[in-house]
Amino acid sequence: MKDIALALEGVHTHIGQYHILHGVDLRVPEGEVFVLLGRNGAGKSTTLRTIMQLWKASQGRISYRGDELIGRGTPSLADLGIAYVPETTGVFSTLTVGENLLLAARRARTTRELDTARLDWIFELFPALKKFWMFPAGKLSGGQKQMLSVARAICEPRALLLIDEPSKGLAPAMVTNLVAALAEMRRQKTTIVLVEQNFSMAKALGDQVAVLDNGRTVHQGSMEDLARDDALQRQLLGLHLGAHQ
Amino acid sequence: MKASDIGGEVRSVRWRTLDFWPCALVLIATAVALPLIGSPSTWLTLTVAGIAAGIIIFIVASGLTLVFGLMDVLNFGHGVFVGSGAYVAAALMTHLATWSRLTWATASAAILISMLTAALAVGVVGWAFERVVIRPVYGEHLKQILVTMGGMIVAEELIKVFWGPQQIPLALPEALRGAFIFPVGEHGAAVERFRLLVIGIGLLVLASLAYVLGRTKLGLLVRAGVLDSEMVEALGYRIRRLFVWVFVAGAALAGAGGALWGFYQQNLVPQIGTQVNVLVFVVIIMGGLGSTFGCFIGALLVGLISNYAGFMAPKLALFSTLGIMVLILLWRPQGLYPVTSNRT
Amino acid sequence: MFKRILSNDLPRSRPLTLCLLLIIAVLVIEPFLFHSEKATAVAAKVLVFILLAASYDLVLGYTGIVSFAHSVFFGVGAYGIALPAVYVGPSALAMLAGFICACVISALIAFLIGLFSLRVKAIFYAMITLAVAASTQTLVSQMSEITGGEDGVTFNVPAVLSASFEPFHQPIWGIVINGRVITYYLVLLIVLVSFLILLRIVNSPFGRVLQAIRENEFRAEALGFSVVRYRVAGTVISALFATAAGGVLALWLRYVGPDTTLGSEVMLDLLLIVVIGGMGTLYGAVIGAALLVIVQNYLQDLLAIGANLTADVPLLGQLASPDRWSLWLGLLFILCVYYFPSGVVGRLRLRRRSSDVG
Repeated sequence: MKDIALALEGVHTHIGQYHILHGVDLRVPEGEVFVLLGRNGAGKSTTLRTIMQLWKASQGRISYRGDELIGRGTPSLADLGIAYVPETTGVFSTLTVGENLLLAARRARTTRELDTARLDWIFELFPALKKFWMFPAGKLSGGQKQMLSVARAICEPRALLLIDEPSKGLAPAMVTNLVAALAEMRRQKTTIVLVEQNFSMAKALGDQVAVLDNGRTVHQGSMEDLARDDALQRQLLGLHLGAHQ
Repeated sequence: MKASDIGGEVRSVRWRTLDFWPCALVLIATAVALPLIGSPSTWLTLTVAGIAAGIIIFIVASGLTLVFGLMDVLNFGHGVFVGSGAYVAAALMTHLATWSRLTWATASAAILISMLTAALAVGVVGWAFERVVIRPVYGEHLKQILVTMGGMIVAEELIKVFWGPQQIPLALPEALRGAFIFPVGEHGAAVERFRLLVIGIGLLVLASLAYVLGRTKLGLLVRAGVLDSEMVEALGYRIRRLFVWVFVAGAALAGAGGALWGFYQQNLVPQIGTQVNVLVFVVIIMGGLGSTFGCFIGALLVGLISNYAGFMAPKLALFSTLGIMVLILLWRPQGLYPVTSNRT
Repeated sequence: MFKRILSNDLPRSRPLTLCLLLIIAVLVIEPFLFHSEKATAVAAKVLVFILLAASYDLVLGYTGIVSFAHSVFFGVGAYGIALPAVYVGPSALAMLAGFICACVISALIAFLIGLFSLRVKAIFYAMITLAVAASTQTLVSQMSEITGGEDGVTFNVPAVLSASFEPFHQPIWGIVINGRVITYYLVLLIVLVSFLILLRIVNSPFGRVLQAIRENEFRAEALGFSVVRYRVAGTVISALFATAAGGVLALWLRYVGPDTTLGSEVMLDLLLIVVIGGMGTLYGAVIGAALLVIVQNYLQDLLAIGANLTADVPLLGQLASPDRWSLWLGLLFILCVYYFPSGVVGRLRLRRRSSDVG
């Protein structure tokens, strides 16, 4: 029985007058890839943002390796080894690729102080970043921005990655690169929570899966079981996920 | 392979991606003015005056645009810092007056010392202002506008309490008065010494700002925070602590600028803050809220055009400033160098 | 019937209604109540500012736009009455013509400013209006051949309104009715009618759309309302009423100058009134105007007493000087924004609701 890295219990989130999360429960095991599925508007992105304390949970508990996250400021999550890749990539468009990565490396004060071994590894996964090092990030293509965003998240060793729809708008070749990078992270025992609409990618990477609907968890189990059960897929998500390619 | 070697061959890309049109505007303005003014010597005098004025406005406004871009705070009371700076400089100069008369070197030093003292003093005022006036109304734009305007009135009245409501002269040290005559045109062009000093100081300030913002991690954080402060927090930086210091730095810059403004006008009135306020707003809107370089170009444009207009049609000087702002906004509604932050 | 006159927009709070009735009553019988010219001057100023603040509330409180250019319309209205009187003569016809011209100019300026709000964000707009107001003040001061520059212009009013006109030789209820009293009641009438019209406007479908836009611009647009058109309309209408307020001020003072009308003091007073009184209520303008003008006038007297007492203490003496009343007003303003955000009217209405529940 694996240890639980991240646990959400009965988490509610209100944004102004809108009640988005109506009691989300998740149990994310250590070192596994945990996929979050659901229709548009089910609350997947909101869940990630709530974990990151960008939006305050109005109710419930969020604990990471035993530490309560609710009430902590967002900046302190990086100390715990948590990184976030938002749906909108969050790259700083007028800063160069190099500067973006420099920001991710908190201990480095200039690009000269970056960990070269780590950088080499990142360049292996995402060669475009080396080529466009001095380019403003805003000039990169959508796919390259996604890569930069993921690269930023892994610039320093992290224990938990929260990734929101990284494959959105990416060409299939890029998706392959992405899957390879995330698989490498999984090999290094990083826990990953992945929100993903691309089911083949989710199936390839995911160990556990949870389905959200209307801000609630309606299913949690292993990816293998869900992938085999077409009827369950149709019931939870309204269609056979194989059709998603 | 070192990290700094990367992408050496694409270093030139930085320059290619710089949007040159707004810079071109400055050159166009000076070029167009020459035939309109007629005499090259007058043109030179006015152009130098315009650049000097523009640089002072830039020093004053740079803090405000950063504060808005980074903290999303609308400080309609920025004039407080300018006025305070000017008055502190005046107070200091009464003590330095005799020493500064010695040579042009001591005179320049006196000006620099006044600027630095003003910057320090006003930095403290800025810190107090942020704590007392601004902090309770973070995130509420309307209240920020109202409260900071109120703060400015109170500050103006306090100046009157301490210094009296009448004008106070702020004389330039003798060594810096007068002008160099450049051999341009028939009678030569008079370029005032003080204005050259201002340009020199201003370029120094600009260079320091560019260095801090462009080459230090701190500056990087500020630039990133202007774009997406949430993401900066997610990356693990406690950026809110940085806010206060940026505000204080902005106030200090305004104070230094205020000292220069006082010397430029040679006369101080308690309303100095309100007068400068309008100009500063026009400049940061023109430049794009949050963009330091835009602020610089905008300030140069305002300085040049109000000097040219002041010569050609004195009554319309203030309207000319408004006029270029409107024209630029029609061309680029978000300012010369729009800053698209995650908030918009 | 009473409800219909107020367009169904009742004060909705007993203390508020009492205050309003008190203020109105005092204003109506003022000339007979205090037999002092200064008191009448104060009352007239209250009336002018009620109208001006109510028109500003339309754009700030109901439409949700922060504009610092309101004093421009006020000034245009004032000069619109004054200049014809100076150059043509004190005839009602000339003044009326001038007033109509002023309305057209104000509407035009408001229209242009309103159109501009299409292209720029709200804070840009606020800063731009600030620049416009400052420029206008400078321009008017500089056009001294026409406008009298910084000193302004004095002029005569039609004979009926002049101080020497006395229709009745017997004193009525203690005072002699002269042109000044007639002017006062004319001002009162204009302000009253205008205020009621404003009430009608904000409670009409048009007014409700304005409020909807203020609350949620996107939703209003999605519902099919052209946000820009409504905002422009709101700006123009409020400008017209401000022009009227300016005209009425000119009529009363028989003097117009850039600092009494276009200066930043007017804009600040307006902000104070609307914030202290309560934004988006119109009644807030009444309470705020009464409070501000009375405090302004009598505070200076109070400060003078204080100044005499502390004359020997160096700094304290300066702080208590009657010239420094803006200082105290500014502090009061700041405190109000922090602690009294919904204004007096908001506070009173809240108390009523909570006492209903409790």
